[in-house]
Amino acid sequence: MTYNFDWSSIARAWPYLLDGMGTTLFLVAVAMVLGVTFGTVLAILRLFGPRSVAMLAAGYVNFFRSIPLILTIFWFFFLVPLVVRAITGNPYFAVGPVYAAIAAFVLAESAYYCEIIRAGIGSVRAGQFQAARALGMTTAQALLYVVLPQAFRNMTPALINQTVALLKDTSLVYVISLNDFLGAAAKIGQRDGRQVEMFLFAAAVYLALCSLGTMGVHLLQRRGAPSRR
Amino acid sequence: MTYAWDWLIFFKPSVTGEGLYGWMLVRGLGWTLLISLLSWLFALALGTVLGTMRTLTNRWLAWPALLYVHCFRNTPLLVQLFLWFFVVPELLPPAWGTAIKQLAPTTGQFLTVVLCLSLYTAAKVAELVRAGIEALPPGQRAAGAAMGLTQVDVYRYVLLPQAFRTIVPPLTSDFMNVFKNSAVALTIGLMELTGQSRQLSEFSAQSFEAFTAATLIYMAVTYGVVLVMRHVERRARIPGMLGTASG
Amino acid sequence: MIAINNVSKWFGDFRVLADCTTRIDKGEVVVVCGPSGSGKSTLIKTVNALEPFQQGEIIVDGVSVGGLGRGLPKLRARVGMVFQHFELFPHLTVTENLTLAQVRVLGRGKAEALAKGLRYLERVGLAVQKDKYPAQLSGGQQQRVAIARALAMDPIVMLFDEPTSALDPEMVGEVLDVMVGLANDGMTMMCVTHEMGFARKVSHRVIFMDEGRIVEDCGKDAFFGDIDARSPRAREFLSKILNH
Repeated sequence: MTYNFDWSSIARAWPYLLDGMGTTLFLVAVAMVLGVTFGTVLAILRLFGPRSVAMLAAGYVNFFRSIPLILTIFWFFFLVPLVVRAITGNPYFAVGPVYAAIAAFVLAESAYYCEIIRAGIGSVRAGQFQAARALGMTTAQALLYVVLPQAFRNMTPALINQTVALLKDTSLVYVISLNDFLGAAAKIGQRDGRQVEMFLFAAAVYLALCSLGTMGVHLLQRRGAPSRR
Repeated sequence: MTYAWDWLIFFKPSVTGEGLYGWMLVRGLGWTLLISLLSWLFALALGTVLGTMRTLTNRWLAWPALLYVHCFRNTPLLVQLFLWFFVVPELLPPAWGTAIKQLAPTTGQFLTVVLCLSLYTAAKVAELVRAGIEALPPGQRAAGAAMGLTQVDVYRYVLLPQAFRTIVPPLTSDFMNVFKNSAVALTIGLMELTGQSRQLSEFSAQSFEAFTAATLIYMAVTYGVVLVMRHVERRARIPGMLGTASG
Repeated sequence: MIAINNVSKWFGDFRVLADCTTRIDKGEVVVVCGPSGSGKSTLIKTVNALEPFQQGEIIVDGVSVGGLGRGLPKLRARVGMVFQHFELFPHLTVTENLTLAQVRVLGRGKAEALAKGLRYLERVGLAVQKDKYPAQLSGGQQQRVAIARALAMDPIVMLFDEPTSALDPEMVGEVLDVMVGLANDGMTMMCVTHEMGFARKVSHRVIFMDEGRIVEDCGKDAFFGDIDARSPRAREFLSKILNH
């Protein structure tokens, strides 16, 4: 190996990288909160809604599960300004790519979360729902007070895993030149001719962040799982 | 909205002079299919080996497999691609690096993407294979051993055939993901389907039509995957057993 | 045929087998019984090294089981085993279950293995089911196929680990009938079972285990005939099992 490493550009670019990390975490937070919320609504519609609504929700989920996230991001990068300009009536209204990214992630991730939440609700025994109904609760009450709390406990590991996946997915905003963490690292790397160090550093940071999530899941599962035989 | 629809754009000659606009999408689809199918084959093979290693009691085999799976599952695909494309050639012995740089650009991009996507997907397959093996009743392994089968044969004839049957449904979504993930190729300049639709949108200014066409093609590909895997599942179903649950 | 000498086994601090010693001669049928958790299943699984043990030695047909390593498959091929939950391979047909190990372990030709397998399938009365998959058979039928699968390997001894305790009551008889037939043909058998009728009818000796120890090891007639000479634990066990 004859490559001469020089890590000093990382130290110099520190504020810029932190800024990028801020954008990454902001995207993750917004997409997670809204994604779980819409995902829950979608899951309930799929399971308990009238047939036509359930099918519509299923179609939504399958749609986003079958196209690449990058394409979704391109869609919104192109659509969001168009829509905003139509609403404001100002043909020169500029919209930052961050809004396109948020729209893309919230809509796509809510489809992914929906599948997890649907499985979580399915993991609660049917008898629980029936027992709640037998006590005189409405469907909404039974869901809210009995089924969902148990479901969310069961699916915590899957939700964390999906959020880790979301964190990884946010790096795709590179394609619309948004300065998330990877985007910032790539730009600095290119500017200083230090792509090797920058990408290795980025990989290490992502690995550390995601490991936190997956190891948390591991701990949860070990604590929660009934001892084997 | 003042958008000028033109659904016939696909049959108009491209400004690049490379035939019709529609051809761009066809070429892109070709790359997408080629990258995805090759990567899937490699990932299945490597993932099976790694998943099996994780279930062995020999920690010199189990540990490296765990480390591999952990690292490849906990970094973004795009970062991995950049590592393979920008970083690894710099770190190789200079002669190798030069050899790589002398490849035709498209060849280099294509090989990098297939390598990257194979290794990334293999980690996912490995997790499924491991889970499939661990979900089998422990008596199956004992029964194979009690009959005198070697460990290799126990895996080959008893455990893996059963594990694969139980993981067909989750494998389906990983198979779908390979096609979707192959879109990262555009970031290193390989214009697969998503990249071509983006170019089409820029060259022709008919973004809506371009992205709609790409979306429909991806949906068709996904539907194809579902059909193939449904067929596999039906072929693999064991008579007398309900669903994929073991009885 | 089988000699078990001072075998002890621990799970961490917990002693599952404590200094067990016994032997099984050629042609002998030995029943191992005892309350659940007494270590009887563990003991039988040490014979073909499915369960490792830390102390003592087990010799099967002149070969020491401990530390065989790569030689293990060879030994196991000569020791037939029948499991509580049958453990037929669900993805293989009955015929494939019967021939897999014959071909892969003994290196027999396909045709030879098939002929042999079908002969034993006939013997357990299931020849017509040869192309079925395990899940298409009843529990009793599956266990009979499992016995045929073990017999097709021409074992020198057969181990039965609670072969009837996972079965519905009405299917116990058909499996016991096959086992009685085997015993009458002179097969060497070691059976962990609660079926005292079977023990009375065909066994030569009964081993009673409790808390990892071999508490009783005597002839069938002494075990069932001379109750007063038995240990209190064995008497308690017998009265429970015979009166239920």
